[in-house]
Amino acid sequence: MQDRLVRLEGQAISELEGVEGEAGLQQWKVKYLGRSSELAEILDGLRKLPKDERPAVGKQANQLKARLEGAFAAREQTSRAASLEYSLQEDRLDVTLPGRTLVRGRLHPSTSTLRLIADIWAEMGFQVYRSRDVETDDYNFGLLNIPAHHPARDQWDTFYTKQEGVLLRTHTSPGQIRVMRERAPEPIRVILPGMCYRYEQITARSEIQFNQVEGLAVGRNITFADLKGTLNAFARRLYGEDVKTRLRAGHFPFTEPSAEMDIECFVCGGIGCAVCKGTGWLEILGSGMVHPTVLENGGYDPSVFSGFAFGMGPERITMNLHRIDDIRYFWSNDMRFLEQF
Amino acid sequence: MKVPISWLKEFVEIDWPVEGLADRLTLAGLEVEEIQFVGLPIPEVHSTAAGAGQHGRSVRVSGLAWDPEKIVIGAVLEVMPHPDADRLVLCRLDDGREEHVVLTGAPNLFDYKGKGPLGTPLKVAYAREGALLYDGHEAGWKRMTLKRAKIRGVESYSMACSEKELGISEDQEGVIILDGDAPVGTALSEYMGDAVLDVVITPNNARNANILGVAREVAALTGRPIKEPSYEVPWTGGPIDRRLQIRIGEPELNPRFVAGLIEGVKLGPSPYWLQYRLRLVGMRPINNIVDATNYVMLEIGEPLHAFDFDSLVGRAGGKAPTILTRLPEPGERLTTLDGVDRSLDEFSVLVADTAGALSIAGVMGGAETEVSERSRSILLEGAAWNYINIRRTLAAQKFSSEAAYRFSRGVHPAMAERGVRRGLAMMHRLAGGTIARGLIDEYPMPPGEMSLEVKPADVKRWLGIELSVSEIADILRRLEFVVEAADDYVRATPPDHRLDIGQGIVGVADLMEELARIYGYDRIPETQISDTIPPLYANPSLEREERIRDLLVDLGLQEVVTYRLTAPEREARILPQQGPVAEPYVWLANPIASDRVVLRRSLLASVLEVAERNARIRDRIGIFEIGPVFLPTGGELPDELPRLVIVMSGPRQSKSWQGADATPMDFYDLKGVVDRLLHGLHVEGVGYVPSSESAFHPGKCAQITAGDRVLGVIGELHPLVVREYDLEAAPVLAADLELSVLSEAFQDRYPVAPVPSFPAVLEDLAVVVDERVPAEEVQRLILETGGHLVEAVNLFDLYRGEQIGVGKKSLAYSLVYQAGDRTLTDDEVADIRRKIITRLNQALGAELRA
Repeated sequence: MQDRLVRLEGQAISELEGVEGEAGLQQWKVKYLGRSSELAEILDGLRKLPKDERPAVGKQANQLKARLEGAFAAREQTSRAASLEYSLQEDRLDVTLPGRTLVRGRLHPSTSTLRLIADIWAEMGFQVYRSRDVETDDYNFGLLNIPAHHPARDQWDTFYTKQEGVLLRTHTSPGQIRVMRERAPEPIRVILPGMCYRYEQITARSEIQFNQVEGLAVGRNITFADLKGTLNAFARRLYGEDVKTRLRAGHFPFTEPSAEMDIECFVCGGIGCAVCKGTGWLEILGSGMVHPTVLENGGYDPSVFSGFAFGMGPERITMNLHRIDDIRYFWSNDMRFLEQF
Repeated sequence: MKVPISWLKEFVEIDWPVEGLADRLTLAGLEVEEIQFVGLPIPEVHSTAAGAGQHGRSVRVSGLAWDPEKIVIGAVLEVMPHPDADRLVLCRLDDGREEHVVLTGAPNLFDYKGKGPLGTPLKVAYAREGALLYDGHEAGWKRMTLKRAKIRGVESYSMACSEKELGISEDQEGVIILDGDAPVGTALSEYMGDAVLDVVITPNNARNANILGVAREVAALTGRPIKEPSYEVPWTGGPIDRRLQIRIGEPELNPRFVAGLIEGVKLGPSPYWLQYRLRLVGMRPINNIVDATNYVMLEIGEPLHAFDFDSLVGRAGGKAPTILTRLPEPGERLTTLDGVDRSLDEFSVLVADTAGALSIAGVMGGAETEVSERSRSILLEGAAWNYINIRRTLAAQKFSSEAAYRFSRGVHPAMAERGVRRGLAMMHRLAGGTIARGLIDEYPMPPGEMSLEVKPADVKRWLGIELSVSEIADILRRLEFVVEAADDYVRATPPDHRLDIGQGIVGVADLMEELARIYGYDRIPETQISDTIPPLYANPSLEREERIRDLLVDLGLQEVVTYRLTAPEREARILPQQGPVAEPYVWLANPIASDRVVLRRSLLASVLEVAERNARIRDRIGIFEIGPVFLPTGGELPDELPRLVIVMSGPRQSKSWQGADATPMDFYDLKGVVDRLLHGLHVEGVGYVPSSESAFHPGKCAQITAGDRVLGVIGELHPLVVREYDLEAAPVLAADLELSVLSEAFQDRYPVAPVPSFPAVLEDLAVVVDERVPAEEVQRLILETGGHLVEAVNLFDLYRGEQIGVGKKSLAYSLVYQAGDRTLTDDEVADIRRKIITRLNQALGAELRA
């Protein structure tokens, strides 16, 4: 009987070594470890053996079973590893084929830039205040210290409606008066985004409609130095910590003193190029201390209150950031433009 | 305003290099847009690589440097005919070293042809071989190097230059003939090289629209004294008193009128130095009298008008003329010196005499009393006009000129006298004659005296900087204010060339700007607002609008932004079966284009135009816009109502190598988007009611409701609309929603149900109903009958066919039965199912599909 076990083991092990694939393994398992295998037969036949032989043979047969199971497990593992390895080697993709086409929605670039600007100002405590597109002459000009026939009006080419004294706002500044009248005498820190209109030929550099973001801070002891600090903080936040800015005197009838802010052209680094029209600077916003007359028209006593205002163009900013040389792209909504964002 | 540096230096010393000066002027509010170098060497650009933070250019630079070796002053000694060409002459020219023969076609030398050696040689700008010049015969500014050539058999290697060739003006008709005292052999750049600043004059800087004004700014910035021009007049004639009278009819509109008289002048061309200056500033020389008035205007800012005095006397019947300033008579007309017969507006002030109108005051002279070649006596007018009134006149007459530009922005009355004095002296210098002694000066409305008090505390409050009384006083003195410094304040009176300083607190604000400008914006520190933080306000309309944008972008749509200006015909395209409707629009009074004359009433029409344009380049369109439409109300201002429009068309998926669902999108693709949007906004009680809107297919259109609210309309566009927009390839789906209603229906405090801890039972249910039964009704009844135990219903199949009979449809739903507190038993589920089937049968006649 011992010989039989030795022979069986030799046969099983050598056969196991030659087995190929999962099916072969299972066949082998049935043959040597299955219910009707020789080993099962031996174990079943233990009862028939003489009593004194039984323990030794039983032990040997069980040990053999354990060894065969172990060998099978090991063989099964290597075989599976090999077949996995094989299938991994075989199963290859052309990773350079294009990905599945999915539709991606996008915001219009003006909206994105408006949000970018609004987010930065929100970080600085300026909330959004919106006001209407169609305005009265008074809100757009008169209350902003731009009387009829004043030379300052030349700065705004205006679309008038057929209704006397009603026009399309040329800037978001009428919102200054509206927010002040609503909030006086509370302190104010708001930005006023919105669409504005100018009577101009549509060219690569000028549009009849464009967004503007105006800002307004009104309170006690707000100074020109605060304006400079606040606007510089904004410029650094938008264009990067290292941006070089300059503030120069400008003119707006509703601010005094007035200031224009430029940043060093980030395309040429200030040497002069087509983007900055050879000046090395890009004009990014106009600003100034709110004119006493405007404060008064808004319901604030200019001897007690002061404030600053500023305005910028999201389309201009987008054009600078992405080196876009034609403002007409914005409202033409050509997918070949929009899909680049 | 063009400002030649050489002219500026007559009034103030300047040590700074031109670019540095331009930079400082720009920072102080006189933005220098460009420096045009005329002959002087052009500074190199500094590369920023040379040093971190060092700025390269701060201004645009253009122009041509004249090589001092190659472009010099030459003397034409004789002009000789060309042996072989009538339109060319040969000049014998001395360049200070030797004699040359120079070939030219300049017509202004032809007069001297064949006259032998000239008694007075003509001084010209002589360019030697290799000189870099502008090409005089090419349009625009093309550079060329002067090369040796043989022209009509004559060797040519050098030339006498025109203004165009040197970059002075566009004039290339003849060669420049310099003044007789020009030193032969001297480099032209040394003799007349210049740099011209192009300065932007903002309305508050109107006083600086002249060379002296810019010089005043330079003086204030540098601290150098201003050298005022002389206002001395070489009186040589008899007294002016009896020669004419002046009567001002409207002192408000004409606060001052000054007149001087010069007789026996000799009209002719101005000397070259003066013509050159006019050219550099962009004006055309005319004759010495007119040039003198223009020169003085450019120099000190007072526009002058010269009348032919003899014709005034003639009109007065040989007696001393009376000059009147008055408003026009009804129907009065005047032929102005441009030859136009103009009807005069009732508000335009006229300069007239007893015989009628002479000129439109401050704007344009009349033809009859214009200075001409024959003029011998000149009446010179210097006046002050109400600038608002001048502006009205300019707007009405659609006219502009250098003089009108200045008068329409305000010129101080003090300048009227200075202008006439300077003008008379200049005419005398250029055209000889005798100046009648004295001026006629009517000055009924001198500006009131005013002064302002500024305290260091004001400066601190406005500008956030500490300036002492003496620092404030110093800056204002540099700007020529009359200053009185006390212990804690400065009293300042504006100089008499300024009209821009207001009174009271406005005046103080004006002074703050002056202090900040001259102190230097660059020296003001950066601080942050120290005031209390304002109260915060909720802004739901904006927040919801942005949330809607985000959801639509998540759903794969591209946002567009269109023009809010359109035309009624453009909007009528969405109603092709109706034709234009007489809807009330907000009309523009001054449209710039015939297709943008009103503010839109329809956002759908705007978005369809985008679809139309893009249909040519993309087969699939999925776009939306959020923006206002404008509806007149009968009140002063129209309603501005924000809307949301979605437009979709084309294949469901774009072509792909893996194959794609190229089925054209239909109603349900759009409805899926709208459903997801409304779901994302947690709008409750959403319903779709079949509807008919003119722009839509009558059978494929629904009104979207949420409870009692009507959100808008959704549907497939009417085939006629699709054809109108040239979008015929596929159905076009559109939704047009009222944003404020959507925004109100928005729920942001929706409850979130607990995640179930007991298993759900899934079952399918198919029912057959009449075709006309809306699916939504079936679903509603299932949910209603199932109560809280039916968690979800999903339609997964819709079938029509013989098996179920004509006019019928089968709707197959998967139902999710779910209880929050237990596992549902089969009996319970069967019970609910039975109730649902009974209810559907009773309410809708639905049969369970076998």
